[in-house]
Amino acid sequence: MDATPHHEEHHGPSVKMYWAIFGALCVLTIATVLAAKVDFAQVMGNESMGGFVNNIVALGIAFTKASLVVLFFMHVKYENKLVGLAVVSSVVWLCFLILIMISDYLTRSSDWHLFS
Amino acid sequence: MSSLASALQHHFADFKQQKESAVLGMWSFLVQEVMFFGGLFVTYAVFRSQYSHAFALASGELNVNLGGVNTIVLICSSLTMAMAVHAASKGNRGAIALWLMLTILFGSIFLGVKVVEYKEKWDHGFIPGISDHGLFVDHETHQPRPTGFALYFALYFAMTGLHAIHMIIGIPILATLAINGLRGKYGPEYYTPVEMTGLYWHFVDIVWIFLFPLLYLIGAHGAH
Repeated sequence: MDATPHHEEHHGPSVKMYWAIFGALCVLTIATVLAAKVDFAQVMGNESMGGFVNNIVALGIAFTKASLVVLFFMHVKYENKLVGLAVVSSVVWLCFLILIMISDYLTRSSDWHLFS
Repeated sequence: MSSLASALQHHFADFKQQKESAVLGMWSFLVQEVMFFGGLFVTYAVFRSQYSHAFALASGELNVNLGGVNTIVLICSSLTMAMAVHAASKGNRGAIALWLMLTILFGSIFLGVKVVEYKEKWDHGFIPGISDHGLFVDHETHQPRPTGFALYFALYFAMTGLHAIHMIIGIPILATLAINGLRGKYGPEYYTPVEMTGLYWHFVDIVWIFLFPLLYLIGAHGAH
């Protein structure tokens, strides 16, 4: 195999970037464990909102971690726009699935409360 | 050079087009995987919204330390996988094999910890249909478990089980890549198998990133 220097250079993230992402993922993992130990219902003095905030924080951190993995480890930041569209479509379809299913259950009975 | 030429399928104009097709095809598969796991996540959302207290109580039975360590272990395996893809793009034989072996090692540690956790659930009787005596009565207080407690563990095993199956499938693929990498099959022109397996492995990591807070941490702020 002759190493042709003129062939198209792969515009991926650098090794240094991988370590930075790894560090960020570890910090966010510790953050999500610590945040889960905080009872936001007590902090805010609001029983129903507190549980909701705990969930939003946990899912927000998870979504941030997933985005870092997709953009850098999975190179989506460096791929063409068609790949980006495929990635976004997965989130959109998942939202359809969750929203339509949840809206059905939430409007059936007063016993159902979303993540409280 | 002959092995490299044969890596280009005749129906593609060049390596660039072949690679773009592979990446888009792999992502189409992963979008399908998102919906595959999505069914379980939406089931979780529906039942947790109805039995939020029982879910928090059942979640408190999990070992947060083991779950947290496993999360870090899986992030390590994602890092080593990214390094393996990087090594493959440079055609560095030894580095490809080394990073892939490390990925296999971290993946195996994760599964080993999972076995320890499952064994603990077995002993406590939290496995629906197999060892389920703890799902209906609390053996310490002799109080009946709340409705939804057993449902949480059914979902716990369905979700972590499906995730573990994905990892068990991934490990022999990584081993095959390591052998091929050592034989010099991958270089700057062609390392698509390593990159596609990397996408799969990172996807499995992402599923765990969501499973960890949703399964392990919902009882952490004192539902007891």
